[in-house]
Amino acid sequence: MSEALLEVRGLNVVFSGFHALTDLDFTLRRGELRFLIGPNGAGKTTLIDVITGLTRPASGSVRFDGRELVGRREHRIVRAGVGRTFQTSVVFEELSVVDNLDLAAGFRRPLPALLRRRRGVSDAVAAALDTIGLGDLADRPAGVLSHGQRQWLEIGMLVVQRPRLLLLDEPVAGMSRDERDRTGELLRTVARDHTVLVVEHDMDFLRRFASTVTVLHEGRLLCQGTVAQVQADPRVQEVYLGRAKEAA
Amino acid sequence: MAPAGLAVSAVLLLVVAPLVLSPFRLDLLAKYLCYAIVAVGIALAWGRGGMLTLGQGVFFGLGGYAMGMHLKLAEAGPGKLPDFMSWSGVESLPLLWKPFANPVFTLVMVVLLPVVVAVLLGSLVFRQRVRGAYFAVLSQALAAAFVILLVGQQGLTGGTNGLTNIQHFFGLDLYDDADRRLLYLIVALVLGLAYLGVRQLAASRYGQLLVAIRDGEDRVRFLGYDPALVKTVAFAVSAALAGVAGALFVPVVGLLTPANLGVVASLELLIGVAIGGRYSLAGAVGGALLFNYAKTVFSEELPDSWLYVQGALFVVVMVWAPRGIAGLAGQLRDRWARRGPLRPVSYPAGADRPQEVST
Amino acid sequence: MGALNQLVIGASIGAVLLLAALGLTFTFGQMGVINMAHGEFIMAGAYTAYVLQPLAGGQAVLAALPVAFVVAGLLGLVLERVLIRRFYGRPLDTLLLTFGVSLILQQLARDIFGAPNVQVRAPGWLTGGVDLGGLRIPYNRIFILVLAVGCVVGISWYLARLKQGRRMRAVMQNRQLAAVSGVATERVDQLTFFVGSGLAGLAGVALTLIGPVGPTLGSAYIVDAFLVVVAGGLGQLRGAVIAAFTLGVLNSFVEFWTANGASFAKVVVFAVVIGFLQVRPQGMFVLRSRALS
Repeated sequence: MSEALLEVRGLNVVFSGFHALTDLDFTLRRGELRFLIGPNGAGKTTLIDVITGLTRPASGSVRFDGRELVGRREHRIVRAGVGRTFQTSVVFEELSVVDNLDLAAGFRRPLPALLRRRRGVSDAVAAALDTIGLGDLADRPAGVLSHGQRQWLEIGMLVVQRPRLLLLDEPVAGMSRDERDRTGELLRTVARDHTVLVVEHDMDFLRRFASTVTVLHEGRLLCQGTVAQVQADPRVQEVYLGRAKEAA
Repeated sequence: MAPAGLAVSAVLLLVVAPLVLSPFRLDLLAKYLCYAIVAVGIALAWGRGGMLTLGQGVFFGLGGYAMGMHLKLAEAGPGKLPDFMSWSGVESLPLLWKPFANPVFTLVMVVLLPVVVAVLLGSLVFRQRVRGAYFAVLSQALAAAFVILLVGQQGLTGGTNGLTNIQHFFGLDLYDDADRRLLYLIVALVLGLAYLGVRQLAASRYGQLLVAIRDGEDRVRFLGYDPALVKTVAFAVSAALAGVAGALFVPVVGLLTPANLGVVASLELLIGVAIGGRYSLAGAVGGALLFNYAKTVFSEELPDSWLYVQGALFVVVMVWAPRGIAGLAGQLRDRWARRGPLRPVSYPAGADRPQEVST
Repeated sequence: MGALNQLVIGASIGAVLLLAALGLTFTFGQMGVINMAHGEFIMAGAYTAYVLQPLAGGQAVLAALPVAFVVAGLLGLVLERVLIRRFYGRPLDTLLLTFGVSLILQQLARDIFGAPNVQVRAPGWLTGGVDLGGLRIPYNRIFILVLAVGCVVGISWYLARLKQGRRMRAVMQNRQLAAVSGVATERVDQLTFFVGSGLAGLAGVALTLIGPVGPTLGSAYIVDAFLVVVAGGLGQLRGAVIAAFTLGVLNSFVEFWTANGASFAKVVVFAVVIGFLQVRPQGMFVLRSRALS
């Protein structure tokens, strides 16, 4: 049951001489909720960028459900079942919340459906609206949403794509305490029936919602384990938590 | 446009205009309507899809020359050569011309030629994510190259003079007022169909997708769509409309020359849309009619100042009414609400900076 | 022999293209402004030489070089101050705006100088040419080549060595960063536009050596000049040089090889540029940066 869904092997990413990722091996099992942490420049977002086809690695492989993702174009990777959000959420401001979700749910639609007007709300979209709790704002343009609501809409747009792997890039950055709690709950709901990888900076959020954590440092894998194990690791304390404490 | 507005426009164009206007003015209106058909396509590609196409003249020309070749052959009669060929010493019908003797083939080519060129250019360019100003410059270069090619192939295309002296159109006598009125009605009907078709397309999920790509191409990619494909389709539709418009232009005006489809002509096709409002289909149509009417008036009254007026129109519209006449109401409302200028379109920060290393 | 001859013709087409495109690599490259009126600045440079002819006689071309630079530069500066600066971040609208300006300038030239073409006499020392074993290279072509090379050398020196040049490069590479580092980006923009437009003036003077001067002189070159910038890469001097000469030589060889070639040359050049963009979508050289567009 705990077979690997995502296998990253020997990944190297170089930006004009700068090694963003070095010989990275990383495995995600089916059904897992994993947090990815590390100080600035550790390569967290780069890893997500490589998985989703935004960045080409110098070498290495990314296998998703046994299929190689490296070299595929972004929309093909999405179609294979890998979805992501961005640090700065982007929703289509002129479209309503429902239309945003409808658009996100659409790539599987046959051509005739694409050429018709949207009539009513599909079950998947209704369910997603319910999950992210934006039912009251369904017909408002997405431009009026607050920062937190936008992030939830993004997560909703991800869920309606029915991906098998969700990659969330700092979902709670810039959120209020209250919004973080709601996002955490949303994350738990989504993780019940999806495999999820979350890049997160916020240690408090991590302690409350993470089970297993992977730590990256300077483009390499530093350690992996439960939150308690990782926090107890002296190397982690040195490169990450230590500095975080100093900073705080 | 609301159904009532549509009905009024239809009555005006199909009933009132043919009754009220003199044959001369009705001819001019038919010509403007041809440009309006192109405008509908531009509003789709540019207004909805964000593709500033400075080469619509090419598609207009492909459709126009396809039709023109057929009409010239029909004019000359079986086994005879079109007039300009004998003037330039061509002795037998060039291979390229032969299939255009067939009317069905011609009608297919009127649409197919522009679509093929648009799909070829679009898929090559959009796939490589060449967009915005780059795409505009490339489409303009295509128009420039196309005209030079046409002018250079004197024996094949009539060179600078183009295809002239066209007198019949599928059995219609183009010197007969009643037949010309029929031709006008055909053009008006085609415009109506184009308008309704593109309106439906713009309101569909596909239309939403196109706007979403205009506002955040990289984000849409992560919704599982291929933006290059979506944009190419819209570009091809706009090309097909331009081709049909060109094919109708030939019998309406009686000739087609490279000057009708060069760099400047392509920009003139665009400015009407800009004046009327690129985000509004009705605005684009109205703008095209208005611009070309103004052009006629000035060319008659003050030919020397027309370029000043045209130039000033570009400047004034871009500075004070970038959303065109159709957008003025919204613009005033914005100002009233003291929201200032249009908010810039936001891009997905992460998607736009794929190589960012931070965190 | 024929090939060598075409090479020389190609190089001289390339030199003209380069002169026309050099200024665009500044205004398009640094500021992202598609200035369609650039062609009319070229035209203004050419008419400057024509106006100076009664004063400077046979040496009008030489005298016109600095004057045309200033005239075209000032035109550009005014355009930037009055209109373009309201349009930063709206490249497509700028394109249409400046096209309107170019129409006005064309008609203005027609009203001032008349619609028929005028001629600028080349200086006596530019008539004739050198013979290289049967191959004759006209002096005026050599002069244009030297002028183009001189401009490129001058610009690279300016960008690399002078303070203003370094500021210009800083703004070109990262506008926000330059602004917060204390570079007055507005001043830099003005200077950039002055220099970029001034280069168009020089191109115009050069064009008087190979043909008549008319109101639409510039519009004949503007499309090709933009192709050079697109193929060369935004704001890339090296790219523009290579692209200009490549397209120039390509042009001359296609004309040579195909019957009635002139009409095919532009189509071939266009196809080659599209093909090239399949390999390098952002042009030959790309400003190395982690931030994209």
